[in-house]
Parts: sequence; structure tokens; C-alpha cells
Amino acid sequence: MPQAAIENKKYFSAYKLLAKTREDKDPAWLNNLREKAGERFEQLDFPTTRDEEWKYTNVTPILKAPYRQILELDPKELTADLMMPFTFEESRRSQLVFINGLFSDELSNLSNLPEGIKVSNFTAALTDHVKVFSNHLAAYADFHSDAFTALNTAHIGDGAFVYIPDGKIVETPIHLLFIATAAEPLASHPRVLIVAGEGAIATVTESYASPGEEVYFTNAVTEVFAAKGSVITHYRLQEESERAFHIGTTRVFQERDSNYSSYAISLGGEIVRHNLIVELSDEHIETTIDGLYVVTGRQHVDNHTSIDHQKPHCTSHQLYKGILDGKSRAVFNGKIFVREGALLTDAHQLNKNLLLSGNAIVDTKPQLEIFADDVKCSHGATVGQLEEEELFYISTRGINPERARAMLTYGFAEDVIRKIKLRSVREQLDKRVLDKLHQSLEID
Amino acid sequence: MLKIRNLRATVKGKEILKGLNLTVNAGEIHAIMGPNGSGKSTLAKVLAGHPDYEVTQGEVIYQGKNLLEIDPDERAREGVFLAFQYPIEIPGVSNANFLRMAYNEKAKHDGRDELDPLEFDDLIREKMKIVEMDTSFINRGVNEGFSGGEKKRNEILQMAVLEPRLAVLDETDSGLDIDAMRIVANGISKLAHKDNAIILVTHYQRLLNYIEPDSVHVLYQGQIVKSGGKELAQELEQKGYDWIKAA
Ligand SMILES: Nc1ncnc2c1ncn2[C@@H]1O[C@H](COP(=O)(O)OP(=O)(O)O)[C@@H](O)[C@H]1O
Ligand SMILES: [Mg+2]
Repeated sequence: MPQAAIENKKYFSAYKLLAKTREDKDPAWLNNLREKAGERFEQLDFPTTRDEEWKYTNVTPILKAPYRQILELDPKELTADLMMPFTFEESRRSQLVFINGLFSDELSNLSNLPEGIKVSNFTAALTDHVKVFSNHLAAYADFHSDAFTALNTAHIGDGAFVYIPDGKIVETPIHLLFIATAAEPLASHPRVLIVAGEGAIATVTESYASPGEEVYFTNAVTEVFAAKGSVITHYRLQEESERAFHIGTTRVFQERDSNYSSYAISLGGEIVRHNLIVELSDEHIETTIDGLYVVTGRQHVDNHTSIDHQKPHCTSHQLYKGILDGKSRAVFNGKIFVREGALLTDAHQLNKNLLLSGNAIVDTKPQLEIFADDVKCSHGATVGQLEEEELFYISTRGINPERARAMLTYGFAEDVIRKIKLRSVREQLDKRVLDKLHQSLEID
Repeated sequence: MLKIRNLRATVKGKEILKGLNLTVNAGEIHAIMGPNGSGKSTLAKVLAGHPDYEVTQGEVIYQGKNLLEIDPDERAREGVFLAFQYPIEIPGVSNANFLRMAYNEKAKHDGRDELDPLEFDDLIREKMKIVEMDTSFINRGVNEGFSGGEKKRNEILQMAVLEPRLAVLDETDSGLDIDAMRIVANGISKLAHKDNAIILVTHYQRLLNYIEPDSVHVLYQGQIVKSGGKELAQELEQKGYDWIKAA
């Protein structure tokens, strides 16, 4: 391996230690999975801007921080008070909490889940539902082609497992909270597996947050399996420290008649990348993937999405909106594939960006690849600024220009926010976006 | 209340207002009429402080102050209101939030108490009756997806909430059907009182059947070429603007 590649990986070797400590506790298949992923990670290079998929996102700064990698939780790391602002009212008794990537039994609370619903850390999944767990874990997020996913897979330890068996309906929204607290650079590799059985209905919020403003690295992988006729609503909230690095991959596999909705929100982080890949493997599937990113200062956010229509009669909708201020940068790359034979596909994609500063940059690339006839597809992208006429109109009502700007900007974001059905998530987001806009708009 | 003297204004380098004079006192309703393109909206925009419209000569004194030196938002807080000929949509911002913010800015300025959302809800429901607007409009985005008539009514609702001292209504009557016209006209009449002044910019005489103006002015090619009482509006209706143009 070239020297540069070795240098890049020197802070990412905790999985070797982890493998040793878990060897005797975990089943052979899991040890084997980690080992294979570790081996693959050693062979793979981290992507560079020469890779088409990473053209606008340079990960080099992520690889340079001297991360400490912790394997055991210090329970003093986080108090319930500090955690409170990142929890959601509807999910206070259906939440799993991970601190610096490690499961916190103390702060988790699952007392409000109906009988038969399994929400747990991986350790418990191994004893209670090993069959479902082993069938689906790493079945969708391929670690052979991507160094970050390989690294995450090699680190599989205490992830979050959500299992809604056939026919079960969970009205209580489930919250998976990943919170970073370290005072020094730290790398964590959160892993989530969501399995919805046939006809199951659930809402899951996955959030990444930090009460501080530290440098750290979150390398997350989430897999979602939606069996026939299931309905999953999935909120993904990235509100990390503005100095944090975040690489996340969400892989979704949908069966016939299922309905999956994703709302991916990105507010924090210095360099952020989210890959969202949805496979529509059968007929009559519905998919909605909406997103919102708000970046200021020197933040960089990159959303890569892929919707793969493989069979006829499926519908997908995508709306990603972005607000950029300062010298921030956003990348949007949205692919829609309509495979041969996927007749009567209905696929719509739109990416809209609002630039609040002349120094912010957007690279947007919606892509449609259609190999079937008789389909209804559309895609588009816009990059615009606040309208002078709108600003003037608001100011003629006695509202000062800064507030007018904030109001219009917020209105732009509201398009996505108002689709969030969970009240506490929507309200928290409203507040976070407003706070962020006010901070940003008052600075310049 | 308002004194405009020899006002000249340009937009994008083109002179539109060419020495306009107008005086409006408290308690008065003035109608400004004139053919399309004569500069009516330009006058309205200049009074509201639109940045694209540059005043090159003359002065505008409002309440003893030089209006042209005041920023648009401050003018509004000082009691100047413009009902737009083409109201703007603000998607994602609810009518209630927008109006409450505007109301509170003015209240703060006047040294009155600000209203919380509940208190404001009572106020706006009361005001909506003036323009016979359905309360479902409270939580819709400002003008978002409103029909032309609904937008015009929403402008008058804003006027009702903000209670301006000087209101300039730019063709608030155009594009309205008979019912909407009656509602809007009644709304405006209810809002007129001895301490405020209203300038009705209009193209047609129609609105003046409902609201009786104290003076009528004809604006043509950037100047007020004729002023008179309400009978002038009728004369214009009969003879058309060609009569003015020919003069
Ligand atoms: N923003 C603008 N840019 C360019 N020309 C304008 C603008 N606003 C007004 N004008 C021009 O000024 C003239 C007067 O327009 P306006 O004041 O809208 O007339 P009215 O309201 O009486 O119909 C017209 O020739 C119009 O084209
Ligand atoms: Mg006009």
C-alpha cells in the first residue's frame, strides 16, 4: 500500500482491538463479517476528488485529525439534562441513546413500546432475534466498494436495532439518538438496522447531535428493510457540531407495496456527506425522499441520492432544498434509474437552492437514466437568490430588512419542514433553522 | 399630511415622474386616475421607497418630515401603507405570523404593547370580518396560491391590521368581480376616518361609485394635468382619457 494510504488510515484501527474484545462473546458469523470488512478496508483507499462520486468533496481533512477511539462508555460523559434538548417529546419513552457511538442503557428508555416490537442495541438483538438480525445486517450496505462502509462494518459493535414484526403497527415514534460529547477528537461508527415486517408500520427518527463544538468524526451506516406492504417514515437529523465531520450512508431495500418516506435534514458539521440509496425491488412501491440542508460559514454538505426503479408501477418523489450562506458549499447529486421493464414508473426529482451570499457555491446534478418505455419522469435543479420584490414587499409592512431576509429564507425551508408529521421533530427543526438563520444573517 | 412638490423620478434611467405636485390632508380621500403607463404605480412605489425608483428632483414631506430620507420599513412604521397593484407571494410564511410581526413592529414603534399569538388571533379574526375573508386564510402562506381577488382583499386586511395614517391603494379595484369590488370598497370605507388619508390609484371610475373622493386628479405622462371634485371622475368615464391626451 502506498505511504499516503497508510498515513490516512492510522487513526482508524480500533476495529482490530474491538475484534479481540468481542471474539469470545459474538457468534462466528459476526466475527467473520467484521474480519472480512476489516480486510476489505485495508485494501480500499479512501476516495479522492479524482473519483467521479467524490469530485466536489475532499475527505482529506477528515482523515488528518488524531482521533481517539473509545471502546468503553464512560457513564459520566453525558447527563440527562445535557441530552434533553436533543430528545423528542413523543419519543421520550421509546428512545435508544448512544454516546460517542456506544450504547447508554441508562439514558435509553423503551417503556412505551407495544408488545412484540423490538428496539434494542445489537447485543440484545443477538440473543433475542438473532435470525432476523443476521439475515439483514450488512445485507444492503455493501462494504466491498466503499472504504467508509467497510470501516463502519469492521466496527460493528453496539448498534441500534429496530424490528417491527409482520402486521405490527407502532404509533409511538422511535428515536435513535447518537450524541457526541468528547472534549478531544474522536471517531465513532454508528450502525443502525431497521427491519419492518410485512404490513408493519413505524416511524423512526435517527439523529446525530452534539452539545459542544468539538472536532470529531461520525461514520454512520443505516440499513432499512421494508417488507411487503410495510410503511416506514424515517427522519434523519444531522445537527452535529459545526466542526464535526460526518459521513453517512443509508441503504434502503423495499419490497412490493411498501411505502418508505425519508426526510434527511443537515444543519451541522464542517464536512458532511450523506449517501441515500433506495432500491425499489418490486411493483407498486412508493418512495418519498425529501431533504433540507442549511449551511453557513465554511460548512460543506454533500447529498448523493439514488433511487432505483426496478419493476413497473412504482412512484418516487424527491424534493431537496438547500440554503447557503457565507462561504459554504453544497453538493447535490441525485440519480434516478428506471430499469428495463420498469413500465409506468412515475419519478419526480427537484433540487432547489437559495444562495444568501455571493461566496457560497452549489454544485447540483440531477440525473435520470431511463431504460423503460411509458414512464413519467421529471427532474430539475434551481439555484437562486432572495427576490428583491419580495424583500421590498415585506419591508413596506414595517419589518426591517434583516428580518425580511430571515423570513423569506425560512419560508423557503418551510416547504420541506411542514411535511414532517411528527410535531416535536417539526417544531425543534423550525427552531433550529430559525436560530441558525438569525445567527448567520446577523453576522453579515 | 402629505405634500409632494415638483417630484421627478426615474426608473432604470428613464424619467417617469416629471414634476408632480400633490397635497393631501388628514381626513381626505384622493383619487388618482390616468391611462396605463402614466406613472401611477411609480408614484406609489416612490412613496413607499422602492429602491429601483430614483428621485432626481423635488420633495415629499410627510407629517413634517422628509419622507425620501426614510427607509421603507421605517416609513411603514411611521404610518405609510402601500397596497400593491400586484401583491407578492411569500411561500412558507403564514399570514398570521407575517401580520403579527408587522403589527408588533409598529406597536413597538408607537410604544404600544406587542401581542402574543393568541391575542393577535382575536385581533385578526375581527379584522377579517371587514373584508369578509374566511378564517382559513389565517394560516396560509402570505398570498400563496391566492386568486387575484383574494390577494387584493388580503392587502386591505393588512391595511386594517396596520391602521396606517397614509394609505396608497394601487389599483386595488382592478380584477375584482362585482361582489369582491363591493366588499373591498366597503372595507376601505370602514377604514377611512378623520385622522388618516387615503390615495386611491385607479384606472376606472367604478370604485368611486362606492367611495366618494374629496378630490380627483388625472395623472398623465408623469404629471398631474387636471384636478377636480368627484364629477371629474364621471367626466373621464364619459369622455375617456383621449380627452385629456388631446388637451
Ligand atoms: N421597474 C420598472 N422598470 C422599467 N420600467 C418601468 C418600471 N416600472 C415602471 N416602468 C415604466 O414606467 C412607466 C410608468 O409605469 P407605471 O408607473 O407602472 O404606470 P401606471 O401604474 O400608471 O400604469 C411605464 O412606461 C413603465 O414601463
Ligand atoms: Mg400601475
